[in-house]
Amino acid sequence: MVQNIIDVRNLSKSFDISSKEPGLKGTIKHFFRRQTKSLKVIKDISFKIKEGEIVGFLGANGAGKTTILKMLCGLIYPSEGSVLVSGYLPFRRKENFLKNITLIMGQKQQLIWDLPPIESFYLNASIYDLDKFEAKKRIKKLSEMLEIDEELFIPVRKLSLGQRMKSELLAALIHEPNILFLDEPTLGLDINAQRNLRKFLQKYNKETNATICLTSHYMKDITSLCKRVICVQEGAISYDGKLDLLLKKLSPLKEILIVCRSEEDAIKLENYGFNVKNKIKNEITLKIENNSITSSLKTILNNFDIEDLFINEPPIDEIIGKVLIKKDYDI
Amino acid sequence: MNLRKYLKVYKKFLHTSLASELEYKANILVDLITAIFSLIGSIFLLSIFFKNNGYIGGWKFEQALIIQGIYTILNGITNTWFNPNLTEIVKHIREGTLDFVLLKPIDSQFFISLKKINPSGFLEIMLGFFLLFFCIRINQINLNLTFLTLFLITISCSICILYSLWFFISTTTIWFVKTWNAIEVLRSFLYIGRFPLNSFSFSLRIFFSVFIPIAFITTIPSEVFLGFSVFWKILLEIVVATIFLINSRKFWLFALRFYSSASS
Repeated sequence: MVQNIIDVRNLSKSFDISSKEPGLKGTIKHFFRRQTKSLKVIKDISFKIKEGEIVGFLGANGAGKTTILKMLCGLIYPSEGSVLVSGYLPFRRKENFLKNITLIMGQKQQLIWDLPPIESFYLNASIYDLDKFEAKKRIKKLSEMLEIDEELFIPVRKLSLGQRMKSELLAALIHEPNILFLDEPTLGLDINAQRNLRKFLQKYNKETNATICLTSHYMKDITSLCKRVICVQEGAISYDGKLDLLLKKLSPLKEILIVCRSEEDAIKLENYGFNVKNKIKNEITLKIENNSITSSLKTILNNFDIEDLFINEPPIDEIIGKVLIKKDYDI
Repeated sequence: MNLRKYLKVYKKFLHTSLASELEYKANILVDLITAIFSLIGSIFLLSIFFKNNGYIGGWKFEQALIIQGIYTILNGITNTWFNPNLTEIVKHIREGTLDFVLLKPIDSQFFISLKKINPSGFLEIMLGFFLLFFCIRINQINLNLTFLTLFLITISCSICILYSLWFFISTTTIWFVKTWNAIEVLRSFLYIGRFPLNSFSFSLRIFFSVFIPIAFITTIPSEVFLGFSVFWKILLEIVVATIFLINSRKFWLFALRFYSSASS
């Protein structure tokens, strides 16, 4: 039986936030008497993640995804509840726990700016107590997986964003961690760089059975990597389950555009009893439930003279966007 | 603590920061020239103070040069280690990159205090030692083992106090985010360390001994150097340095509980 590697129970986090009124008066008032209020950013969340799972955290900006990741890796103390990662309390940051995890943030970097990435890799290797031979072996293996070679010897400041991100990944994985926390790892990367990174993460997960917790605003990252997603809305979990089930729930209908041979056929089809979205001359668009697509198509093809048909899947960004934009969306 | 691992990591710190700094040759050259002119300027200023009377607070110019020498060594140490590392804490906290430090299986205080090095500060340290050797000659000081041991103990304590003061102020960044001004105030106080403690009024002497122990940093090692330091003063400096070092550690661990990391 696969064991739970992350166990979160009734976790909450509050921050003291100061607010400022606009204008000079507000600035002076803010300087002398700063008004702070406690804001609960994570509200009583619970979930478990199994070893080897890739879980995507979905939510709008400020929903609390990054705060959850930071509590999981031990950067932030929880206000209430408990977190157990790989059997450790993360915020104690025990050496053996830290050797097991890594955090990669798309918008922050740990590589030494003026030196080639290889220097940062060997520095990290010494921090993780790896000998030179072992470090060299791991750098070779990871650089092959990431398809980087010459870039290792060029100063970081001269690398492209994609090359830099690959190097960041290598620096973060040199100690072969079992749990990866990735906070928007593909941020700002072009389509090819995004695809390469996703390919690498899939390969890494397959080869090492590492657990991956990922936040991203690029839906392609989520759909190609995660079978399971956790949706976070205003600090609370609104959905925790399979991604395809979520998509079915959010988008139960598919649109089918049918081009009939004649307008008479289109009128006949319009009156047949299907849910019609619109009809323009001999073209008719139907809305059909996902679970009755096959039977409906069979009926249409058997009874009507059809010239062509197109099934339109609503874009995944649009579907997930419903969760992100509409705060009280019922999932 | 695995000493072998920490030595290995420090060797890497030295290597990477030297390599980083050497990328900018012109900057190093400017720093070196600044260090030489700064020392010449300081000695000139000191000589002006001594021009009329010949004595300040019971110290002759030749003796006060020892304080200047020790100050130059400590300033060199500040510029080599404290300045590049401890000002980096502010950047780490503002940009949230302290996250990477805290998630490494290494002591975070060790990491942020020693990761960087500014090689141009070495020249100041060397200039300070040259000045001290010159002072040994002009003050006709007898070098012996007791003298050297006591001098090493007191100067090490001075380094510890200085480091703790810098580290304490840098740590407050966790709450106040921008504390650069406080570091500048501390640097200005350190300039006071170029003059003998006795040259100040009683109230200032108390202030610079009790509240901000600048007096300990340069005056006591200089007194040891001249052979007229008393045992209780040396003992007091050791106690003060130990208290400062322990508290800087405790303060850092306490402050980390409040670290909320920068938003992404």
